[in-house]
Amino acid sequence: MTKSNSDHIKIVETPTITDTKQPNRRQAIKTLAATTTLAAVASTTPLFGRYGQAQSAEPIKIGFQVHRTGIGAAYGRWYNRTTEAAVKKINDEGGINGREVQIVAEDDGTDPKRGAEVVEKLATQHGCDIAFGTLFSHVVIGSAPRAGELKIPYFVVSEGHHVASGMLNRYTLQPGITDVKSQVQAMAPFVNSTLGKKVTMIYPDFAFGHDHRDYFSAAVEAQGGKVVAKIAIPPTESSFTKYFPKIPRDTEVIYHVMVGPAVLTFVKEMGEFFGNSRPEIFGFIDSLEAVDLASPGLEFLEGTYFWEGNPRYAQANQSDFDKAYRAAVGVDKNGASISDSKDVSTYAHMFGCWETLHIVKAGMEASGYAGAGDRAKLIEAVEAMNSMPHSYANPQGAKEFNGKTHQTFGHQYITRVENGRLVLAHTTSIADTYYPDEVDYTTQSF
Amino acid sequence: MELVPYLILGLLEGLVTAAVLSLMALGLSLVFGVMRVVNVAHGEFFMVGAVLAWQIASLFEGHPAWGFLAALLVAPPLTACIAVAANQLVLKRIEYDPERTIVATIGLLYIIQQVTLMTYGPDARPVEAPFNQRLSIPLVEWTESGLSLYWPWGLGTTTYKLAVIMAAVMLLTGIWILMTRTRSGLLMRATQLDRETAQAFGIPVGRVYATVFGLGAALAALAGVLIVPIQQAHYLMGHDPLLLSFIVVIIGGLGSLPGTVVAALLIGISDGMISVFFSPTLAKIIATLGVAFVLIFMPQGLFGKRGL
Repeated sequence: MTKSNSDHIKIVETPTITDTKQPNRRQAIKTLAATTTLAAVASTTPLFGRYGQAQSAEPIKIGFQVHRTGIGAAYGRWYNRTTEAAVKKINDEGGINGREVQIVAEDDGTDPKRGAEVVEKLATQHGCDIAFGTLFSHVVIGSAPRAGELKIPYFVVSEGHHVASGMLNRYTLQPGITDVKSQVQAMAPFVNSTLGKKVTMIYPDFAFGHDHRDYFSAAVEAQGGKVVAKIAIPPTESSFTKYFPKIPRDTEVIYHVMVGPAVLTFVKEMGEFFGNSRPEIFGFIDSLEAVDLASPGLEFLEGTYFWEGNPRYAQANQSDFDKAYRAAVGVDKNGASISDSKDVSTYAHMFGCWETLHIVKAGMEASGYAGAGDRAKLIEAVEAMNSMPHSYANPQGAKEFNGKTHQTFGHQYITRVENGRLVLAHTTSIADTYYPDEVDYTTQSF
Repeated sequence: MELVPYLILGLLEGLVTAAVLSLMALGLSLVFGVMRVVNVAHGEFFMVGAVLAWQIASLFEGHPAWGFLAALLVAPPLTACIAVAANQLVLKRIEYDPERTIVATIGLLYIIQQVTLMTYGPDARPVEAPFNQRLSIPLVEWTESGLSLYWPWGLGTTTYKLAVIMAAVMLLTGIWILMTRTRSGLLMRATQLDRETAQAFGIPVGRVYATVFGLGAALAALAGVLIVPIQQAHYLMGHDPLLLSFIVVIIGGLGSLPGTVVAALLIGISDGMISVFFSPTLAKIIATLGVAFVLIFMPQGLFGKRGL
């Protein structure tokens, strides 16, 4: 997998000292002549004319903070592919403001400390216009303050509630993926009415899991249900059976969400623990992102439910937008790579990269973005956005962006495992996911 | 869950941990005992065993048992070859100097880990168990109609987990026979007791060192192959078992075979029990505290000999 990643990514080298030495007269004339010829060709050939109206031929550099290694590697691989596909589409359609878009990817090792360094490297060393693409919440929380200090717009694709909670700053935005608080709030009524009132929660012991714990418990209690146990598991854990005896006997529903390289072990051991007397099970697909649902040991999941940000399997009512987006990223109707059916995507999350990049494009075009000096204008342009219709740029569904909290809201999907496939059982409305604003970032100065 | 099923589950989980841990710690202990090398890269041999098992098993179609069997036979010797090469290229050149070998094996740790990352990638790879039936464990209780069996919720294990425990017992017995009943065991013990005298008696100490380092790595790799159908192969998986192995070896007494086994049982089962009853973090805290106390009150470990 590392091989295919390295094939895809263009690391932009910073110019060496020899590049910047003063050109002599002859070179200058030569360059001038070449430029004139190019300009002449550009006006006649469509290929060059693509970026013809640009004031500057410099590409727009998007710094991509990617989890290529560490516990987020599977997500990183697919965030990378989605980003590549989105950039290809944007460039094929003429770039942003007529300028080519270039991705500068840097691995953060899914590590918060390294994350802050990566943001700094992207901003100062590579001279990127924006930073983008972080998923894991602890890396976002570790990196966002540095992005604020460096005054570089930081577009995260994380799901964490930390953006909308007011914990971060005006430079951090999450316009392409909904947050955990809105997701779990929309799930609670379904869990309570369809599956049961007494819920045991199993979640990873870091910021993302704590969002689940806090907001789902509150939402379930508001519905008249009860969380009977909360079981936190470190995201680096590799063996899980020892945690399961803490599940109280009167549990009606297991609510599970897990991340990290051992998610398959987690779900398998849960199946082994229950044998054939399992309670109802509702999981966030994070517990099985990038994992083949046909893996041995997962048979017990038949009939259980999952939240999905975007349904992995092409559904009966699949939109043309999803069809086109799937093809562009290279994902088949089962949610796996077209070239390798064992390489299952992180389909429920990665659309966020695609949608965020299209929002960045729209923002840069609305603000007439020309360079780093216009970063504040870009943020203001994105803050001014609200309704985003279901489209090829938003293949997951319509969204409502809240410029004050920097957070987007959208439909959530609940699927059921039927014959080893995830089949859509319920789609929430956008209104189901609303909660009162907790911050107004637009009142902060730049 | 009531108390008894809790205890049984904790015990079973603890025994699986102890089985894997004792194999791994035994390798570490052998290498230290004979060579006086603190092998910080030991966890990486465990990881290499698991990753190779995935690689080998994925070559086989059909019943998962064939792939697993091949992995069991091929991965440990292959890992031993890597270890022997490291011994010849690195450890021998720095003359097994205690301080320098620690630094060298730290370097080895990173080299092996990063090469695995670059060749196999950062994903967790599953290997299918050769057999994996869930066994529910019944308990006896008094009811109005007398004694009867009932099956508590969640109380069960799998045939594969039981097989791991059995395999570890057999392998440990094999190593014990190798060390105490064979000529090569004698050579190793002689080298362990006094390197210079052994050399004076014509024991090829260099070859014994290479063999022991390879054997230690093969044991770690075996533990890796055995665990991979339960967990998954991943390039960072060597870290936790390395720490636990050091704890086991320090508590059991460096270089002592029975001490290592007893300490692995102690750590494995207490880890299982404390994790089930309280929290896995508390289990690690207690184990580390145990090490501190052993170092204060019995610096040679439970079974170590003074002056070793």
